[in-house]
Amino acid sequence: MAPEYQDAETIRRVLREARSVAIVGLSANELRASNFVGFYAARHGYRVIPVNPRETEIMGWKCYPSLTCVDGPVDVVDVFRDPRAVPDVARQAVEIRARALWLQFGVISEEGAAIARRGGLDVVMDRCFKVEHARYMGRMHWLGFNTRVITARRADP
Amino acid sequence: MSEHDSKTREFGFHTRSVHAGARPEPNTGARATPIFQTTSYVFEDPESAAAYFNLQEYGNTYSRIVNPTVAAFEERVGNLEDGVGGVAFASGLAAQSATFFTLLNPGDHVVASAALYGGTVTQLKHLMRKLSVRLTFVDPDDPQNWRAALRDETRLLFGETVGNPGGNVLDLEAVAAVAHAHGVPLVVDNTFATPYLCRPLEWGADVVVHSATKFLGGHGTSIGGVVVDSGEFDWSNGKFPGVAEPSPAYHGLAFHETFGVYGFLMKLRAETLRDLGAALSPFNAFLFLQGIETLPLRMQRHVANARAVAEWLCGRDEVAAVRYPGLDGSRYRELVAKYLPRGAGAVFCFDLAGGREAGRELIRRVRLFSHLANVGDAKSLIIHPASTTHRQLNDAELAAAGIGPGTIRLSIGIEDSDDLIRDLEGGL
Repeated sequence: MAPEYQDAETIRRVLREARSVAIVGLSANELRASNFVGFYAARHGYRVIPVNPRETEIMGWKCYPSLTCVDGPVDVVDVFRDPRAVPDVARQAVEIRARALWLQFGVISEEGAAIARRGGLDVVMDRCFKVEHARYMGRMHWLGFNTRVITARRADP
Repeated sequence: MSEHDSKTREFGFHTRSVHAGARPEPNTGARATPIFQTTSYVFEDPESAAAYFNLQEYGNTYSRIVNPTVAAFEERVGNLEDGVGGVAFASGLAAQSATFFTLLNPGDHVVASAALYGGTVTQLKHLMRKLSVRLTFVDPDDPQNWRAALRDETRLLFGETVGNPGGNVLDLEAVAAVAHAHGVPLVVDNTFATPYLCRPLEWGADVVVHSATKFLGGHGTSIGGVVVDSGEFDWSNGKFPGVAEPSPAYHGLAFHETFGVYGFLMKLRAETLRDLGAALSPFNAFLFLQGIETLPLRMQRHVANARAVAEWLCGRDEVAAVRYPGLDGSRYRELVAKYLPRGAGAVFCFDLAGGREAGRELIRRVRLFSHLANVGDAKSLIIHPASTTHRQLNDAELAAAGIGPGTIRLSIGIEDSDDLIRDLEGGL
């Protein structure tokens, strides 16, 4: 795995600058990881856009059958799909002018990452949107996880 | 947090010993980690409370499960061991119990080193057997012994980086390879080495457990333990339904699928710690944090003193054998060079030629060594294992653990080595 797709500075910039997150493969089942991420992202102020052809509404948000059907801007395309589906998703992400392609734990596609990169998108791969947000901006340290954050600076209360 | 704080470069071990897990407290600016001596936490609103209990959001609920002071300690040890995080417990044995309860089911089988801390042997033999977990103890020195003991029902391998008290050094890489070829994790008690001397996860171990009571704290004031996970073991390989399958004890949550590399620790905290109830007190966590700040400095001194005392003992007629793995003539010399290049710890045994009576007499005469049942204190400690820490073991088990009637265990502190040697000289 290329560590270039797990760069801490890129991850933090993407998290900081994004306003809307389209979650491709968001499940309506509240026990699935994608549902946890969608719930968490919305709690932390992101506009969550479900993309799943099998649903019309998830957690009260309108669900779109594909990225290219989404109304309005998409900053981050967060992918919970079989890695083989990623190249197509990446092409759509470029087409709708998203700013970043984010591939969750285990969603590893060098081809998809290269497509997005060539289209000018930031790429994060094999990382969880929720975990990375919680690591740098949230409260992951409250549960004893190794955030690797070392700082002597006071955060905003 | 400012965007300028974190760079991709990894900080050094000394820096992380002081800082990991201990961000300034955002509300007050307190630089020392505050002791959050509270049982519970006011929720912002009903939705937040639900999100915390559902594990959809990282939140404080109740100090049996989460506490900010304890979390700073957990993160620090998780960071120093280079794992994905830690979960703290009221003692090292509680940390081990919780690991076993999380991974094992009735009928499962464990392969463990025969040269373990006596309390661990008792825990495995009696507590786990009560729960219908089967055990095989093996001479840990030959990886082939571990392989030969494997069964279809084997679910984990358990050993100590440096055995207590025999000083066996585990061939971590070889035993981890045996475990992984069988689709099971290697769990290692790294209490004697501490992450300063050895990080078992870097050699393929999957889970590390600690008695923080010992060198991590270093002050002998607090009992506590911690479990660290590498995040790299595949719990969904069919052998660990407790971690991988929907959990009836947590409304059907499948921890490994939902939390990925954090699944085992989430399960360990949200279910096992919740249900066993062996939570670490915030005050003890605070004291451990104080201790760990100086862990690398103390360990340097511990191993230098231990080597000096061990070498001196080698030259004494009253001493039949010195079993410090850090000695040049040790049978573990190659393993020490590989896994413990900074030193083989500070706990070791030696055998008195005069047997049991000579052992008792030495303990009666020393004035600086404290006669007590602990190790890893800044103060030097002495004990006669056959009559204390390993008392519940029969002769065969004692022999398997490398303990004879005249065996004395020392835990070398950070005093002046000349003073320690003079005290032993007077005792002999």
